[in-house]
Amino acid sequence: MLQVSIYRYNPDTDTEPYMKEYQIDTGGKDLMVLDVLSLAKEQDSTIAYRRSCREGVCGSDGMNINGKNGLACITPVSEATGGKGKLVLRPLPGLPVVRDLVVDMTMFYNQYEKIKPYLVNNTPVPPIERLQDPEDRDKLDGLYECILCACCSSSCPSFWWNPEKFIGPAGLLQAYRFIADTRDTMTEQRLSDLDDPFSLFRCRGIMNCVNVCPKGLNPTKAIGHIRNQLLQQGT
Amino acid sequence: MANMRTLTFDAVIVGGGGAGMRAALQLAQSGQNTALISKVFPTRSHTVSAQGGITCAIASADPNDDWRWHMYDTVKGSDYIGDQDAIEYMCSVGPQAVFELEHMGLPFSRTEAGRIYQRPFGGQSKNFGEGGQAARTCAAADRTGHALLHTLYQQNVRCNTNFYNEWYAVDLVTNQDNAVTGVIAISMETGESVYFKAKATVFATGGSGRIYASTTNALINTGDGVGMALRAGFPVQDIEMWQFHPTGIAGAGVLVTEGCRGEGGYLVNKDGERFMERYAPNAKDLAGRDVVARSMMQEILDGRGCGPEGDHVFLKLDHLGEEVLHKRLPGICELAITFAGTDPVKEPIPVVPTCHYMMGGIPTNVHGQALTQGADGNDKVIDGLYAVGEVACVSVHGANRLGGNSLLDLVVFGRAAGLFIEQALKEGIEQRESSESDLERSYNRLNRLENSKDGEDVSKLRKALQTSMQNNFGVFRKGDLMQAGVKELEELRQRIANTHLEDKSAAFNTARIEALELDNLLEVAEATAIAAEGRQESRGAHSRYDFPDRDDENWLAHSIYDPTTKKLGKRQVNFSPKQVDTFQPKVRTY
Repeated sequence: MLQVSIYRYNPDTDTEPYMKEYQIDTGGKDLMVLDVLSLAKEQDSTIAYRRSCREGVCGSDGMNINGKNGLACITPVSEATGGKGKLVLRPLPGLPVVRDLVVDMTMFYNQYEKIKPYLVNNTPVPPIERLQDPEDRDKLDGLYECILCACCSSSCPSFWWNPEKFIGPAGLLQAYRFIADTRDTMTEQRLSDLDDPFSLFRCRGIMNCVNVCPKGLNPTKAIGHIRNQLLQQGT
Repeated sequence: MANMRTLTFDAVIVGGGGAGMRAALQLAQSGQNTALISKVFPTRSHTVSAQGGITCAIASADPNDDWRWHMYDTVKGSDYIGDQDAIEYMCSVGPQAVFELEHMGLPFSRTEAGRIYQRPFGGQSKNFGEGGQAARTCAAADRTGHALLHTLYQQNVRCNTNFYNEWYAVDLVTNQDNAVTGVIAISMETGESVYFKAKATVFATGGSGRIYASTTNALINTGDGVGMALRAGFPVQDIEMWQFHPTGIAGAGVLVTEGCRGEGGYLVNKDGERFMERYAPNAKDLAGRDVVARSMMQEILDGRGCGPEGDHVFLKLDHLGEEVLHKRLPGICELAITFAGTDPVKEPIPVVPTCHYMMGGIPTNVHGQALTQGADGNDKVIDGLYAVGEVACVSVHGANRLGGNSLLDLVVFGRAAGLFIEQALKEGIEQRESSESDLERSYNRLNRLENSKDGEDVSKLRKALQTSMQNNFGVFRKGDLMQAGVKELEELRQRIANTHLEDKSAAFNTARIEALELDNLLEVAEATAIAAEGRQESRGAHSRYDFPDRDDENWLAHSIYDPTTKKLGKRQVNFSPKQVDTFQPKVRTY
């Protein structure tokens, strides 16, 4: 039997959030956290959480698992608990709770949209694809794979303090994805859009983002590249 | 339902995967008043899980490649019940649609020449089957679906598409003329239900792999569009045709791309034998998916499966080397470590055929217009309803889809429906009206759940349904088992009509959504069961012990399941492409 403690809050019925305890029969297997949640939901259908692909590519089930943000579907219980003690599930920190493990991601998405997350190329469209050297394409590796799960931004103290003004690690990773893309013609504009005290420069290099990213991406490094390019542009 | 709000649009698209977002983009770019309703934030849609690529004759890997060769492969892959006019359209328009994706920013992998990288996939040939294996699948490493879906979302952000994210479509609204006037949808965050009224309602709701116990599909793939169409009395086509992907990770069901075999991986049995050489001497591991899946099951049934239970085979990749695996198949390496506990650089992956794709769906023409049959048996356009992507059966996949053709289907027909609706709106389509009682009917299911006082548990019934489908309608099928399956589903229908929603709260009530989804799973499962039992032959993915041969005399036809009578009829396959000669049915070998 696995002891599981789940953050519960239903705005329709609860005046304040609380932790609720569940005993889950895992059949002696080392399940993924998402599997444990679905067993808990069989016991108590009122538990709310998001899930979709169940294989770590859609980014739905980011949550705080025993103190660390991660995706429930690719986090084995043994990894979360260190093989002992109970499993503790809370919503991603720093974002408003809609219900239980479901957070309101509006602020997160707003910051993503702010960086103009789309390729802009003002040169005439060729009849086939735009050519790109494999070496130039390689520059996008480690950037385009972001799944927008918000594990990074919601673990970032700078984002907690200024969610309206600081783009946050996820948005900045995507900003750099388009800056680094040799097919994009808006690089200068993208850089100058970030050149204020908050959007980029609120990053203090704490690196919580790198620590939690379930895809092994490195937003801090991308932020470093943007800073360098801004400095070069300024000189 | 009192005081239900009405929101009015030119077009409402239901579903935010590749097909829905491609259609939305077309309409948003042309300034139409469009809403896209999605039960998940769009980048969580199942398109994100597509791995290997998008098949299309862009002539990068082979400068002489020709869309007609791709068309030949697709017709043959379909076991000749794919519509040749639709396949011709997809294969010939494909390059344009793929180049557009690249222009939008999709980060395709590249060749040394800087062009889009293409890899070999199953069922591909050069020169109409005469020129050996082709490499026609355009790839962004093994994350092509993710790259495609995010690119389409990004372009929709650019064009200010109206997204209704985490809204769940409950039912179509139809009037006395059987015209579709919109959908009822519920906001998951607040519980509010709204009538989305539109001149064009576009279903892009994806597949329904969750009718099976073991599937590569996302948990959200519950056949909502098929369910809504059947409840509205509209037919579905070829719904018995379910693709079992050869390589789902044994136990977990997670997909391992065919691109693994495209890059040179192969399957072995417990003796270490590369058994596909026996079943498909030419194409071997790159035969059609139906052929490979059956061969694997045969190995397992003959006692040559791997593992202590002998219930899977191995996919061997280690001979490709670490560099190729990490460059071309990085996602697979991650998934294999996470879900199989094996590193493909060193060990083979345990795999088993796993439900993957619904070839059938709502019959449409190449413009995405949904079709029904008139009293005379001829096709009749359903006023106001369109379908694109996996929920649609246009039909480009027939009895068996080729790998990489799904992503192409999404963008080509999402685009085509968008273009057609854009034109129709410009010419002026009339908004059909529905009465209060029409709306009331569409609100029935919600009403029943809100008033349910007791009844059975949703998750238990869902499991029973999935088990029944898995046992009775798998890779190999048999008349008596299927008849038993149809009976089981009849009983399940009685029980599912009485599910109990214990939690009636409004905010993000996922129990309510799961109860509504179960109704759709049931509709898809029952249609599948009746159609599978009714098609008395073996063709493509539909393989029967009691009718082991293809029967072109009686079944070179689409099946049409009519939900109002629960009877199976037939519809003609199109054999009239416009630019090439008809590909005549022949014996299908690889």
